[in-house]
Amino acid sequence: MNKLSQARLFLSRSVAIWSRNIRVWGKLAGPSLMGNFGEPLLYLLVLGYGLGQFVGEVEGLSYMAFLASGVICTSAVNSASFEGMYSAYTRMDVQQTWLGMLSTPIGVAEVVLGEVLWAATKSLISVSAILLVASGLGLVGDAWALFVLPVAFLTGLCFSSLALLVTSFARGYDFFLYYTTLFITPMVLLSGVFFPIASLPDFVQYLIKALPLYHAISLVRPLMTGGELTFVLLHVSVLLLFGLLAATLATHRIKKRLIK
Amino acid sequence: MAVKKNPATVIEAVQLSKRYADKAVVNKLDLKIEAGCFCGILGPNGAGKTTTLRMFIGHCPIDDGRLAIFGLNMPEQASLVRESIGVVPQMDNLDPDFTVEENLHVYGRFFGIAADVLKPRIVELLDFASLQDKAGSQISELSGGMRRRLSLARALINKPSLLILDEPTTGLDPQARQSIWQKLRALKKQGMTLVLTTHYMEEAERLCDRVIVMDHGEIKADAPPKELIRTEVESHVLEVHAADKALIAQVKTDPAIARFEKSGDIHFFYGNKFNQALAVLEQSTHDDYLFRPANLEDVFIKLTGRDLRE
Repeated sequence: MNKLSQARLFLSRSVAIWSRNIRVWGKLAGPSLMGNFGEPLLYLLVLGYGLGQFVGEVEGLSYMAFLASGVICTSAVNSASFEGMYSAYTRMDVQQTWLGMLSTPIGVAEVVLGEVLWAATKSLISVSAILLVASGLGLVGDAWALFVLPVAFLTGLCFSSLALLVTSFARGYDFFLYYTTLFITPMVLLSGVFFPIASLPDFVQYLIKALPLYHAISLVRPLMTGGELTFVLLHVSVLLLFGLLAATLATHRIKKRLIK
Repeated sequence: MAVKKNPATVIEAVQLSKRYADKAVVNKLDLKIEAGCFCGILGPNGAGKTTTLRMFIGHCPIDDGRLAIFGLNMPEQASLVRESIGVVPQMDNLDPDFTVEENLHVYGRFFGIAADVLKPRIVELLDFASLQDKAGSQISELSGGMRRRLSLARALINKPSLLILDEPTTGLDPQARQSIWQKLRALKKQGMTLVLTTHYMEEAERLCDRVIVMDHGEIKADAPPKELIRTEVESHVLEVHAADKALIAQVKTDPAIARFEKSGDIHFFYGNKFNQALAVLEQSTHDDYLFRPANLEDVFIKLTGRDLRE
């Protein structure tokens, strides 16, 4: 078997897992959409309207327009993280779904890729919905905003890989509170979702720039508002690098956990 | 490279070993299973049965020795091997989010089987598993027996030539168990190779043409069930329940008793005939005793002992 057909087989098996998950999602799409899209929208409207009256303009944008890019990225992060933690853990441990998959020709790396692709798809779904509403509210500059979608997918790939890595260590659902409280929430609060990071102390700014969410926002904000895109390659690379590294480690860890 | 469709030897293990924290769970196992064989693996809890099965499907790294399935090296070629294996796990892992039919469809897709090929095959399998009327049911609506039959049907979705079953009838009522047995016999008739673990001696005795007794990761005996009973234990057993010491002492004087064991308040006497001992019991007022031919359980107890394994 040559490399190309091997890669195709690998991808097609991951897609089979992706299809399984989207089939489940199809049955529960209502509540799932409500969580992934309803909540960020509330943040956008309520904070955007309420705080916007005090804040006025931020970086030359109305507060709601500034906030919209942040809320979009946060939604991509949360959708992918939730899927990579709670849902993936259910399939790994509680329902033993992965073990069932591994009794077919599918291997652990294919399971991880399938799960990551699916979680990124969930990010894409919720971001698409928010983007639609944001454009209805006149918060979108021009058609360039459509490029927000691939960035949302990439952000989903990155954060679902990180979440799967956390899941590979988890012994129960409670474990995920460490990750969300100690990592995700502070990162969301400090990465420029609600206010520009320039107002933070220098060392915090350096720290935030070393984490992936800041780079997602740096891509999404200019795309949404017609601003100038800078350092595209850097931002994309950081998201890719975090994702690749986390996915590789997660594969290794999950293999050790299930094939023992 | 493709799996050879009809290799004479389906499973070949040479000095196969697995350790967990320096404890040998499978210890230098030598084993050859021929095509078309229905092989049962018996053993107390912790004997290494499940670990052995998990090595067969590439779910457990091998510490030492060699394992080939269909002539392909494990675990390197596990993915290829699993294309032709069906697995019925000890714990059902059916997808609770899907209907019966969807479970089969989604699982078939994991093998890369096209949707139009799956459609008629699912109808066939639902028929085989007597689940025709349950195609649209949720898993939570199924009884334990139906779930096991669905697990079995799912394991057949790829038309495997080797079927691996880990305690397939544990927890089922007698009717459900018999129904599973019927299906397994039908598969054997079709020429499939089957390997199952079980704690039910009767199951192994009725189904298997070869029984392997394992303990402490090693094979203690390996033969057709009837042969095991013939060669490993005496032909008959006399069980005397809750009798007083004097009576037992009298029974024991029968020179035909080859072997004797006590477990709780039951005395087991092994031998080929017990004319004298039976006469003693008949003349006594004690009527709680049983004279019966030896069975596989007697073999099992002789080989693995009466101690509880927990």
